[in-house]
Amino acid sequence: MKRQLLVLGAGTAGTMIVNKLRRKLDATEWDITVVDRDDAHPYQPGYLFLPFGTYSADQIHRSRRSLLPTGVDFVVGEVDRVDGATDTVTLTDGQTLRYDYLVIASGTSPRPDQTHGMLGAEWRRSIFDFYTFEGAQALAAALQDFDHGRLVVHITEMPIKCPVAPLEFTFLAEAWLREKGLRDRVELVYVTPLPGAFTKPVASEHLGSMLEERKILVESDFLVERIDVERKVLVSYDEREVPFDLLVTVPLNMGADFVERSGLGDELNYVPVDQHTLQSKAFTNIFAVGDSSDIPTSKAGSVAHFSVEIFVDNFLQLVAGEPMTGSFDGHANCFIESGDGKGLLIDFNYDTEPLTGTYPLPVAGPMALLKETRRNHLGKLAFRWIYWNVLLPGRPLPLPAHMSMIGKKAAATHQKEM
Amino acid sequence: MSVITLDGRPIQVDEEGFLTDPSEWDEDLGKALATAIGITLTDEHWNAIRFLRTDFAEQGETATLRRVSTRGGIPVKKLFALFPQKPAKKMAYVSGLPKPHGCV
Repeated sequence: MKRQLLVLGAGTAGTMIVNKLRRKLDATEWDITVVDRDDAHPYQPGYLFLPFGTYSADQIHRSRRSLLPTGVDFVVGEVDRVDGATDTVTLTDGQTLRYDYLVIASGTSPRPDQTHGMLGAEWRRSIFDFYTFEGAQALAAALQDFDHGRLVVHITEMPIKCPVAPLEFTFLAEAWLREKGLRDRVELVYVTPLPGAFTKPVASEHLGSMLEERKILVESDFLVERIDVERKVLVSYDEREVPFDLLVTVPLNMGADFVERSGLGDELNYVPVDQHTLQSKAFTNIFAVGDSSDIPTSKAGSVAHFSVEIFVDNFLQLVAGEPMTGSFDGHANCFIESGDGKGLLIDFNYDTEPLTGTYPLPVAGPMALLKETRRNHLGKLAFRWIYWNVLLPGRPLPLPAHMSMIGKKAAATHQKEM
Repeated sequence: MSVITLDGRPIQVDEEGFLTDPSEWDEDLGKALATAIGITLTDEHWNAIRFLRTDFAEQGETATLRRVSTRGGIPVKKLFALFPQKPAKKMAYVSGLPKPHGCV
């Protein structure tokens, strides 16, 4: 009998994995199957731009099937549960799929249902998300009518997918309001559960001062308990209140519910894995790649990309009966849009926070780190083409999977107050 | 990293004052750490601290507020009352554990 590789999720990680592995695994020995609930692969970084009318819908969606290689079975269906003891996956339509190796690549999703009041009467009237296509489009319409008041950008709880996106949205909204001549009629507030603008000290300081320069108020250490819909107020667990006219929130992010049903998840439905190999702590033939695992780095496409490179090599060793020698270091890099046609770039891993300096990019030349430049903005826009045409098909991109210190300036030690 | 004296003994801490070796901690030291940030420990505080210590021993990571509430059964609202303003950080500090790094 042929060996079965089953991948749950045809998003960034799942698509890259099957494209790379189909070339490496002998078709006479291996079947590869991918399951997803639908056939629309979104270019998720594009959602950020939808509210400002930069992209149209067709620029940010492709058929999932069209991005998969021949020789891979694509099954559209909802996963009911994984049974790690019998190596089977059951779909909600009753179909059972057997596997020798399972990759969980089902990502993370915004869950507005998890915060009291979020999905109430004001949802998509004065309360919006921009991490879904529908949310970003509804927000685009709302922004057209918004000409004064308090615009509040809010993060419910970490970790979230693309942790820089709320900051980018804030910078873009500020520039957009300025362009429309409305900036002095709008109070902009950034509400975060973190102690500052970002998770790590050097980046937090840089990004924090960018918020300050733009006269954006920051409400930090704010953990929302509920939204008072009648009064249009965010209420925190320690009873602070932030009123809003237009709320752009990032709901709690959680892994797929089938992970929880299968007993494979932590308290946010993320699969506990070895952070260097992405192998499940519960079953040696299960891996969680991309946003679905509990690794302590950003939930971001770049992490999916770099970790897939390590995973694929390790996987080939594992199925050949050899020890896995690759070790993922948590490498992430992200462009941060800052408005006015400029952007920043950050590059970091488990051990090294985002620093200033330069990022050595082959051909295109060094990109400035943690600094607003036109070139970083163009890099971000160019990435959409790279995503569809190079990244997802699993073609080599000349970026090393491991983070490098070349070009980076070391950080001074920070003393922080409790 | 530096060495400070707390509860009459040398303790290794990082630049923010968090213990770097969780095994140097015991409940007397927990009391001293709490006093240092103006908290007097009650039985309710100890429930949270003991959950954090046990969970860390099993998981190798400091529990987030959500984990203390869903797995430890102590509501987030209560944690804010017990360890005001920055409960996740303060709980970890008093429990002699690293800051929770679920927040990336």
